[in-house]
Amino acid sequence: MNAANYLYISALLFTIGAVGVVVRRNAIVVFMCIELMLNAANLSFVTFSRINGDLNGQVMAFFTMVVAACEVVVGLAIIVTIYRSRRSASVDDASLLKR
Amino acid sequence: MTTSTSLVYLIALPLAGAALLLLGGRRTDKWGHLLATALSASSFGVGLYQLSQMLGRSTEARPVSQKLFEWINVGSFNVDAGLLLDQLSICFVLLITGVGTLIHIYSISYMSHDHDRRRFFAYLNLFIAAMLLLVLGDSYLNLYVGWEGVGLASYLLIGFWNQKPAYATASKKAFVMNRIGDMGLSFAIMIAFATMGTVSFTGVAEHAHHTSEAALTAMGIMLLVAATGKSAQFPLQAWLGDAMAGPTPVSALIHAATMVTAGVYLITRSNFVFDAAPTAQLLVVIVGAITLMFGALIGTAKDDIKKALAASTMSQIGYMILGAGLGPVGYAFAIMHLLTHGFFKAGMFLGAGSVMHGMNDEVNMRKYGALRKFMPITFITFGLGYLAILGVPPFAGFYSKDMIIETAFNAGGIKGIILGSVALLGAGITAFYMTRVMILTFTGTKRWDEDAHPHESPWLMWLPMAILAIGSVTSGYLLSHGDALVNWLSPLFEHHGEHEELLKPIVVSALALTMVAIGVAIAFMKYSRQEVAAVAPEDVSIFTKFARQDLMQDRFNEAVFMRPGQALTATLVAADEAVVDGAVRGVAKTALGSGSALRGLQNGFVRSYAALILIGAIALIGAIWVVVQ
Repeated sequence: MNAANYLYISALLFTIGAVGVVVRRNAIVVFMCIELMLNAANLSFVTFSRINGDLNGQVMAFFTMVVAACEVVVGLAIIVTIYRSRRSASVDDASLLKR
Repeated sequence: MTTSTSLVYLIALPLAGAALLLLGGRRTDKWGHLLATALSASSFGVGLYQLSQMLGRSTEARPVSQKLFEWINVGSFNVDAGLLLDQLSICFVLLITGVGTLIHIYSISYMSHDHDRRRFFAYLNLFIAAMLLLVLGDSYLNLYVGWEGVGLASYLLIGFWNQKPAYATASKKAFVMNRIGDMGLSFAIMIAFATMGTVSFTGVAEHAHHTSEAALTAMGIMLLVAATGKSAQFPLQAWLGDAMAGPTPVSALIHAATMVTAGVYLITRSNFVFDAAPTAQLLVVIVGAITLMFGALIGTAKDDIKKALAASTMSQIGYMILGAGLGPVGYAFAIMHLLTHGFFKAGMFLGAGSVMHGMNDEVNMRKYGALRKFMPITFITFGLGYLAILGVPPFAGFYSKDMIIETAFNAGGIKGIILGSVALLGAGITAFYMTRVMILTFTGTKRWDEDAHPHESPWLMWLPMAILAIGSVTSGYLLSHGDALVNWLSPLFEHHGEHEELLKPIVVSALALTMVAIGVAIAFMKYSRQEVAAVAPEDVSIFTKFARQDLMQDRFNEAVFMRPGQALTATLVAADEAVVDGAVRGVAKTALGSGSALRGLQNGFVRSYAALILIGAIALIGAIWVVVQ
């Protein structure tokens, strides 16, 4: 099977994730879209690892997973806190930083 | 050259007095005037001591010098702060400190009601010190320091009563007009350094022989500009009349006897420059001749006694400048007239002050009249000064002024005839306006205000007037007896061949006396035979109006220099605002505008940030793709 196909899927996943981040308001959905983008990147890494025949890409993918895990912990904590205080998980409501 | 260590005391004593009184403040109020007078007198004492020492030496060894300290030492430019006392300086030193001390004594009484008397005496001492530095400096640069110092003292003293805006303006006017002259002096110093590499009098005198005439002419003209500024000569004469805003002793000391004669000193001191630059010398006589007529004409129409005397001062200094411009034959006569003028004009100014003192500071002569009976001493001293300025023998002016007229006639050719005639005519007009002052003030009917109670001044005031009056009577004879002053000064000037005499001295004197008699007679007809109006009549000829306006000197200056100058500065201000400020403000505005525009992007919405990041990343990748392709 042509390795490039994996890259096409990766690009497709990334695009879906990116569009999701931009168009969706719900913080949880935005969050899942970010995960989708990270995993699209991971797919690219392992594909390149396969193409080049070394393990660098796979190691990189593990790093990404660790980072994603940490991010989920922190990010969910923030979302929960915001929801508690504002009774809303919409990212557009949390636009107070500009003031 | 003989060196001395005591020259510095001449300057240091009054300077210490000025510093002490200015820094000591109110604590010195009680005795400040006495200290200042004592220091001025002791400076006069040092001057007399120096004169006695000088008389004891042979002619060649008479000049003494003292090096104070190394002032400027840069590359080939070396100037020491040094003093030089020679036959010329000693005349000035004795005039400045002598007349200065008398005026200090006079001021003790004259200023006794002024609560700022101490400050007045501090400035007087400062003036004496600066003026002594001016005449004692051994280089143009040292002279320049004194030159600026007297300008400052003059400014401070004209504006001494600066609570009156008009007086403050007068002091500013004097200062600004003097700056123009000062600029001339600094240019002259620069020319001397650029062409000769030295600024000391001896150095310039040595180099003058092998310096191009063009450079010397330029330097001479610049020195003349300096002289016109300080000595109120045409075309920088307009400040002197307004300078009468200062207290009368100041007018007597600074604006009659000493400071305004600094220009004559400068030209006489620079004789080596002018002798080698005939064009500059010709300009000097032209300036002198114009000013002597100018001042005399203004003097005929002034009702303010001090302004009439100021116009007379301007005219008499015109005579001195004329004498100094006539070359080696004239220098000594210019100095002689300067010295005699110092006596009689200072005496008359003090007399005017005495009259004002008795008349509630009234200066309008039309409100005087018949003061002879009430102020006999003032009348006599003023009268002696009057006879001296007229040139009636044997009073001082007869010797000094006639010598200048005679020298002018003997200048040769058409030039001599013109200059001589101008000087002669000036003598006639002088006689007219001085007689007018005498008649209006001391004779005729009384035209006082109700509250005037004229009385003779206290002895502290009339004593200096009396001493100066004695000087007005005797100084001319003493200085010219056996050519005393001419021989005394002759080592300083280049020797000259005998001039052919156009007119015999006796003829010149006869002509001058005739002119004087005519002037006096006209004044008598006009002011003694007729009633004098207490208010200046308005229906007068255009010439009188012209003279009352100071021959339009202020209007001319305002039209030619002030308004175009103001227009120029207004244009520059506008250009500065539009171009320089505009550029600065434009930069700020651009930064501010682009900042506000970009601020719109910072809307706080996470999704728009994310979209921007996405667009940026895509653009970046696109750019890389384009470049790699």
